[in-house]
Amino acid sequence: MNDQLERQLKEAEHSPRVYFDHAATTAPCPEVLDVVTKMLKHVFGNPSSFYKEGHKASYMLEDARSKIASLLDVRSDEIFFTSCGTESDNWALKGMAFANASKGRHIITSKIEHHAVLHSAEALEKRGYEVTYLNVDRFGLIDPDDVEKSIRKDTILVSIMTANNEIGTIEPIGEIGAICREHRVPFHSDGVQALGAIPIRPRELNCDMMSFSGHKLYAPKGVGVLYKRKGLHLANFMDGGAQEGGRRAGTENVAYAVGFAKALELAVKSLEGEAKRQTRLRDRLIDGIIQRVPHTKLNGHPTKRLPNNVNVSFEFIEGESILLLLDALGFSCSSGSACTSSSLDPSHVLLGIGMPAEIAHGSLRVTLGRSSTDEEVDRFLDVIPLVVERLRVMSPLWEDYQQGSLAAIIPEEGGKDVPIIGGYDFS
Amino acid sequence: MEYSKKVLDHFMNPRNVGEIEDATATGTVGNPICGDIMKMYLKIEDNVIVDAKFKTFGCGSAIATSSMATEMIIGKTTDEALVLTNKAVAEALDGLPAVKMHCSVLAEQAVKKALYDYYQREGLMTPEREKMFKILDDDEH
Repeated sequence: MNDQLERQLKEAEHSPRVYFDHAATTAPCPEVLDVVTKMLKHVFGNPSSFYKEGHKASYMLEDARSKIASLLDVRSDEIFFTSCGTESDNWALKGMAFANASKGRHIITSKIEHHAVLHSAEALEKRGYEVTYLNVDRFGLIDPDDVEKSIRKDTILVSIMTANNEIGTIEPIGEIGAICREHRVPFHSDGVQALGAIPIRPRELNCDMMSFSGHKLYAPKGVGVLYKRKGLHLANFMDGGAQEGGRRAGTENVAYAVGFAKALELAVKSLEGEAKRQTRLRDRLIDGIIQRVPHTKLNGHPTKRLPNNVNVSFEFIEGESILLLLDALGFSCSSGSACTSSSLDPSHVLLGIGMPAEIAHGSLRVTLGRSSTDEEVDRFLDVIPLVVERLRVMSPLWEDYQQGSLAAIIPEEGGKDVPIIGGYDFS
Repeated sequence: MEYSKKVLDHFMNPRNVGEIEDATATGTVGNPICGDIMKMYLKIEDNVIVDAKFKTFGCGSAIATSSMATEMIIGKTTDEALVLTNKAVAEALDGLPAVKMHCSVLAEQAVKKALYDYYQREGLMTPEREKMFKILDDDEH
């Protein structure tokens, strides 16, 4: 086993790297790079200026806005450019809270939201707002009934993500949106991971606000979008000039806005084919990993799942060491282990779906993209058993399990739907 | 966050991984909920550590500090090993990222836990030595 690993490590030195972390970020695609660099070279004007250069910039900005609006099937004046997905989330939550403080101070969200939503909600709690954090089931699904039961007279916003960034579970936001509409409570959804991966039409999904990010979509970092339904009152997040209808001040990042529009156009065009292709690769990875590595489970929903997301837990080992070995073998992946963050706690999403910390530490996320191929999947399936074996041989937990003094949490055959009840019993 | 070349070397090529079947003393520290456990095996002859091996469940720096700690104590007397500090282990690895310093504490604790076991069992514990084990009370994990 070790010899095989050493051979793979040597081979990796001469092989192209495999980028398997598209949920973290994507490399700008050539068409987007092309329009962005052309814009930076030729259209430098300030869209607010009253002369030719300004008009040109303003025209390009509005053109980008209307393209995005049409791709999302909404109105142009419902699209607002921001600096990133996090800004869009902050604006949606805080803008809604501040605009409605006299009406009510209750917000509903879930335990597995991105930190951009969770930490905004926590910041609002410090300012006197009350937040309900809904539980999810073991697949990470939010029950729309729970949303309905939590709505109160003073509820001013519900915010539930479209799809989870760690475990890829796709939430029933259309249903949740319909419930919110019935109760006349504004509904926001963080669509950062979902845009470009699954069809998104905010109106069909009954969303009043949706957050998006450029760099998850093969556009550069530094540009995001907030969709806000016309007529919905939202307090300003950035005060200053009259840009973005006076709602989001600051000279517009025209080149990146144009890049975002191009990226979305390409994503929508290729969505159906890519979703199919990536789903096939995803399922090859999931089935292959579970089959080749004992005591392994899939995290997230087996089918209500983003086409590009694989998240598994390997028992008895720790995630960061998996990432380090995979990096040496040429693969870029991610983990929900505490050691890959600056805190000592493992991922709030994995804990949120009821996983004990000792299993959450051993998680691995692989996220595919347009560049992903069958050959990359093959290579990965070749090395992953070697990586896990190497770390298990070093693990005292594996030793205890082999000697019979520790019971495994994940059964040997593993699977896509393994209910996990409790952690290790050391008593 | 990036590791030093030495940390990566000790992670990729860990020294002294395994068990000692007839170990004189063993020490296990950490817990799986925090994401790291170290188990240290010592073979001691005439108060000299003639062999040390480890098993670790944990991140890259947990594995690297365990590996370095075993290298630093093999051939030392038990009293010499007793003065090994987590800082010395971290320095020998050309430093650790600030958030990873607790891993080196774990390595020092693992060595000390095994030595505590040894001194107690052999009736060698003295008030002077006892003082050296304060770190075992630290609840880093």
